[in-house]
Amino acid sequence: MVAIVLNVNGQMRQAEVPPDMPLLWVLRDVLGLTGTKYGCGIAQCGACTVHVDGRPVRSCVLPVSAVGNAAVTTVEAVGQTPAGAKTQKAWLELEVVQCGYCQSGQVMSAAALLARTPSPTDADIDIAMAGNICRCGTYPRIREAIKRAAKS
Amino acid sequence: MTLRAPPPLIGTAGVEVVADRRKVLLGGGLVLGFAFAAVKAHARSTDQRVNNAGAQPVSNKDVADVAGAGFVGFKPDAFIRISPQNQVTLIIPNVEMGQGIYTGECMLIAEELEVGLDQVAVVPAPPDEALYKQPLLQFQGTGGSTSIRGAWEPLRKAGAAARVMLIQAAAQGWGVNPAECHAERAQVLHLASGRFATYGQLVNAASRIPKPQQVALKDPSQFKLIGKPAPRIDTPAKVNGTAMYGIDIMVPGMKFAVVANCPVLGGTLAGVDDSAAKAIPGVLQTVRLPNAVAVIGEHFWAAKQGLDACRISWNPGANAKLGSPALWADMARVAQAGPGAVAVQQGDVAGAYKGAKKQVEAVYRQPFLCHAPMEPQAAVVHVTGGGAEIWAGTQVPSRAQAFAAKVLGVAPEKVIIHNQLIGGGFGRKLETDYIEQACAIAKQCPYPVKMVWTREEDMQHDNYRPMYLDRISAGLDADGRPVSWSHRVAGASVTARYAPPGMKPNGVDPDAVEDAAEPVYGVFPNMLVDFVQWHPPAGVVVSWWRGVGPTHNIFVVESFVDELAHAVGKDPVAYRRDLLRNVPRARAVLDRAAQAAGWGSPLPARTGRGVIVQKCFGSYIAAVVEAAVSDEGDVTLRKITTAVDCGLTVNPTLVRQQLEGGILFGLTAALWQGITLKDGRVEQSNFNDYRMLRINETPPIDVIHMSTANPPGGIGETGTTAAAPALTNAIFAATGVRIRELPIDRALLKKGAKPQGAAVLAPLGVAAAAALAQGLAAKAAEGEP
Amino acid sequence: MRRVLSVILSLAVIGVIVAAAIAYWPAGPARAVAAPARTPELIARGQYIATAADCVACHTTEGGQLYAGGRAFKLPFGTIYSPNITPDRETGIGGWTDAAFLRAVKQGVDDDGQELYPALPYTSYHRMSDGDVLALKAYLDTLPAAHAPNHPNALSFPFNQRPLVRFWKILFMPRSGFAPDASKPADWNRGAYLVTALGHCGECHTPRNLMYGLKTGQALSGETVQGWSAWNITSDPHHGIGGWGAGDIAAYLKSGYAPGRGAANGPMKEAIDYSLSKLTPDDLTAIAVYLKSTPASDRGPAADANPPSLSASTLTGPASGDTGDAYGRRVFEGACASCHAWNGQGQQTPMAALHGLPSVADPKGINVIQTVLRGSSVTAPEGHAFMPSFRADYSDAEIAAAANYVVEHFGGASGRATPKDVAKARAQ
Repeated sequence: MVAIVLNVNGQMRQAEVPPDMPLLWVLRDVLGLTGTKYGCGIAQCGACTVHVDGRPVRSCVLPVSAVGNAAVTTVEAVGQTPAGAKTQKAWLELEVVQCGYCQSGQVMSAAALLARTPSPTDADIDIAMAGNICRCGTYPRIREAIKRAAKS
Repeated sequence: MTLRAPPPLIGTAGVEVVADRRKVLLGGGLVLGFAFAAVKAHARSTDQRVNNAGAQPVSNKDVADVAGAGFVGFKPDAFIRISPQNQVTLIIPNVEMGQGIYTGECMLIAEELEVGLDQVAVVPAPPDEALYKQPLLQFQGTGGSTSIRGAWEPLRKAGAAARVMLIQAAAQGWGVNPAECHAERAQVLHLASGRFATYGQLVNAASRIPKPQQVALKDPSQFKLIGKPAPRIDTPAKVNGTAMYGIDIMVPGMKFAVVANCPVLGGTLAGVDDSAAKAIPGVLQTVRLPNAVAVIGEHFWAAKQGLDACRISWNPGANAKLGSPALWADMARVAQAGPGAVAVQQGDVAGAYKGAKKQVEAVYRQPFLCHAPMEPQAAVVHVTGGGAEIWAGTQVPSRAQAFAAKVLGVAPEKVIIHNQLIGGGFGRKLETDYIEQACAIAKQCPYPVKMVWTREEDMQHDNYRPMYLDRISAGLDADGRPVSWSHRVAGASVTARYAPPGMKPNGVDPDAVEDAAEPVYGVFPNMLVDFVQWHPPAGVVVSWWRGVGPTHNIFVVESFVDELAHAVGKDPVAYRRDLLRNVPRARAVLDRAAQAAGWGSPLPARTGRGVIVQKCFGSYIAAVVEAAVSDEGDVTLRKITTAVDCGLTVNPTLVRQQLEGGILFGLTAALWQGITLKDGRVEQSNFNDYRMLRINETPPIDVIHMSTANPPGGIGETGTTAAAPALTNAIFAATGVRIRELPIDRALLKKGAKPQGAAVLAPLGVAAAAALAQGLAAKAAEGEP
Repeated sequence: MRRVLSVILSLAVIGVIVAAAIAYWPAGPARAVAAPARTPELIARGQYIATAADCVACHTTEGGQLYAGGRAFKLPFGTIYSPNITPDRETGIGGWTDAAFLRAVKQGVDDDGQELYPALPYTSYHRMSDGDVLALKAYLDTLPAAHAPNHPNALSFPFNQRPLVRFWKILFMPRSGFAPDASKPADWNRGAYLVTALGHCGECHTPRNLMYGLKTGQALSGETVQGWSAWNITSDPHHGIGGWGAGDIAAYLKSGYAPGRGAANGPMKEAIDYSLSKLTPDDLTAIAVYLKSTPASDRGPAADANPPSLSASTLTGPASGDTGDAYGRRVFEGACASCHAWNGQGQQTPMAALHGLPSVADPKGINVIQTVLRGSSVTAPEGHAFMPSFRADYSDAEIAAAANYVVEHFGGASGRATPKDVAKARAQ
């Protein structure tokens, strides 16, 4: 156990956790930020995606000690970024969501894509989003929503 | 948590209104004509109101206040609560697992209650069979695409009755004729005098009005909400992280449990050495269950590390050597031996077969399937003196309550179920095993416990969609039409396990033969459909899976009809059109889908289109899948087209979503998924070996929504049932290889691969099947078991 | 004419007789040796020798009793099974004399005088000192005896004729044992002994000829064994490990991972887990010192490629207009990119970095394919990383395409993996 200070959603948060504990569980079980989801634990589904210094990472396999001073942004706060807000708005406009469980990760991956590639092509969308699994089959709407967000 | 509708948004697409002048009254008559009219969805202004709040504490107080005894205000029935502050809260009898039922059922009530969706809050119904029994299922549950079909009348009537009472209360207060008043956006208005009152102002007076026995419902032409693409009320919370699923619940003092179930299905725990686990910081205790070990920790990670450090020994039991090939062999033996319980029998099947111009036979196999919802199984249980509180997502709140009570050894009413949003159901949460296990663990703990299964546990200890073995044969006349039809379904019975009273007295599981006994084409002349129940070894549990019985049967029937079309050299669409000459709704969707898919237009090499048509859950669907097969046998989806007539539609957005998602769910399974056993253990473990379709493998999907004035049909599972046969028919068109076993074996699709001919798939002679069935029928007549 | 014929015939007869004599003449008796006293120190030394020689890896089945043998080795000409080397008198080596053991380990002749196949790496163990071999025997004699009859080999003719091994030995058996080089420091000599004798590194890393003999002139320059590539570990800075620091090598041998050098997998990971990770830090350094002094060879893929496809990529995506195998990229972007990242640095952990690894510069993608099929797991001071197996649901064509994409994108080489290669690797 070590005391770790994390910069999460613009706040400094402290946690007394093992250094190899994945960021996912620190966020969910220690800091109470349950918007970030557990799906597979092996970086295959993307439900746990958060931003570390704006870069989308799979928090289920990211040791908390590897975060360091980097800024962690979760789905709870991504709406405060321009790309995150655009993404969420487009998600509502195109009624992307069904069960919603994977959508935290989908929104995070899409927001990161839009932040670095304001007008993504279909290939860009594939590259950024293919790591996020959705069991409800919202993929066609995700694709359209990203394009909508890019235009807004 | 309560959910509120976001502001209205731009609708997603048009709906084709099909005016069938003879409507339902004429049943299956000839269609006189269609009139297609696109209803333009209203483009409405929207703001950017997205809830940016952080994670919010769970409050079950909301639910207790409105659904429990503590509510003060107008409470005309089980569904509607209006507070003096004019807060309208609707208690939704079905659970939200992505299908949008909170929105759909909300619309049904709101339509007649005359409130806007933006004015209501929604809470899930607590367990209460008396108040919330699903009319079609006859228990409190969500499944089988029954929600809207069941709620269509009762919820509108509830809304209408409450509105009548509120209007009457206002009219009495004003001393005017209720007929001069009307309701609008949660207020009653008397236009003649300019008076108005909010519902909140009327709650006391309305509570004194007797509930009317009969209420008139709006004519569909008067609908303000129903039929419009109203935005889902659960979406905002699901894009900003505030939506709470069972796995997200945090209660004060709660600890975390991670479980290892005996890896051999049906095995038991022999012993566990947890000394290493206890040395791990954050590990609190080890809980031993008859067939599992749970480690409790300060968080999931500590518990998981602790579990990994445990040295567990298991008694594998009778399934120690169990493997899938043996299961298939056993099922084939049982299927061959019969006798089958007769679901449909008419005419002289064997004679007509023998005398037919052409005979076609086939055997189909379908695997165990896991549900694998994105949210792994989880439940929070707090055992208190004499009872328990449970927070979990469940499709069956009262069943969960009863089964939890049994585990805890308390009366059901001592168990409080706080139902949560479900992160993907697909049938998984019709089961209560995870809640029962969480109770068994929490019983041994002095604090509330959140049990979370790893993905691996979820996949390896699911209750699986049964394996099925279908033998089917048909005799065709000179026109290629079936004059003899014999179909033997063999498989484990979910009904017998889950709801034994649902079994027919003669042993037919209605689920297992659903849509095989009554194909969309109607009952064929000289037809026999029977069912042989196969009993899987104890410990291997079968369950409902999205699309239930029809998922399995539509694959068989629609594959086989395709085989028949090709056997007589006819185009698969034309062949089906002919068979559907008396089923206009089916023919209409078939024609529309074929047209939109460009049926018949040229395609590149090793690329094909496959079509299916189905009537399931009260809805008619046709689907065309276009797929390409590489020389190596890999399948690429190119385009999906479906046309749906689900009758009157509550919310077209939800219909589209369900069609899109349902078909992708089914295609995923057809392409890759099958649960197999080796040495009694499930061989699949996670998404690396139980593969999921990804966005870059998903083609465009065109959903053509044809709204007719028929009663609403179910929709949540219809895409799934359509998927596999449409794909395998497309593969046949592309390669000439008929896929008769799922998931698709890509080795069969390699260019130049030898045609399949596994002995195990040899069809049973139709005469033998008929003889067996008749033997059984004779025995039944004699009163033998 | 007749004379010529009779001469030829005579020569042939003599040849056959000589060959038969070579093949069937009974082996000479094992050279008598003085048995050292079985002190605890000797047994401990024997245990370390057993570890350094990695006996357990071959002489144990998965989940089976240690040293009880039975592990199958699939070779191009059949399958052979390792024998039981526990001190069981009936089925193990309990009845063997020290002399017989010494002869078996160093000469490849068993207790009965039968030839042993060179799957037992006596071409390397030949260099072991008698003292080490006898210490090893002393240790093995302390193991619990396992009654485990040896599994008969399943070799095709003529490989099932043990006497033929004698001809092989004439061609390929080293003539001399290990001789320290007085001109080199002690750690170099220790390293040489560990690499060439105990560790038998060359058995995998040195190329073999058609007759399975080691091409000693190309020692340690890389070979494919059991479906995996054992890379060039000569001192060449690009093709070998010349660019590695001695610390990198020691760290890699200790944990199976060194930053920027990738994670060990397959047979190398086994060698590390069972053997190398348990060696003393001094011995690991000695190995590094020796390896860095070996003659450089430029065989095999160059490991430090930095192709434009990689340098133009970011963590989250390839350069726009990526020209890699589109089918392979489809697999990669779905199942692989989340961990490996597009610029080769690793997304969540540098342990998943692919940049600069020989595996991704190998046009056949041999180890890439194996890793995709079998997964990987490594625990190092830097942390724990794992990769699941993708064999169940990804087709041969998909895995070949993904391997080719990886080789093109990360290695800058032209991927030449075929679905058939993947099918073969699956069957390994």
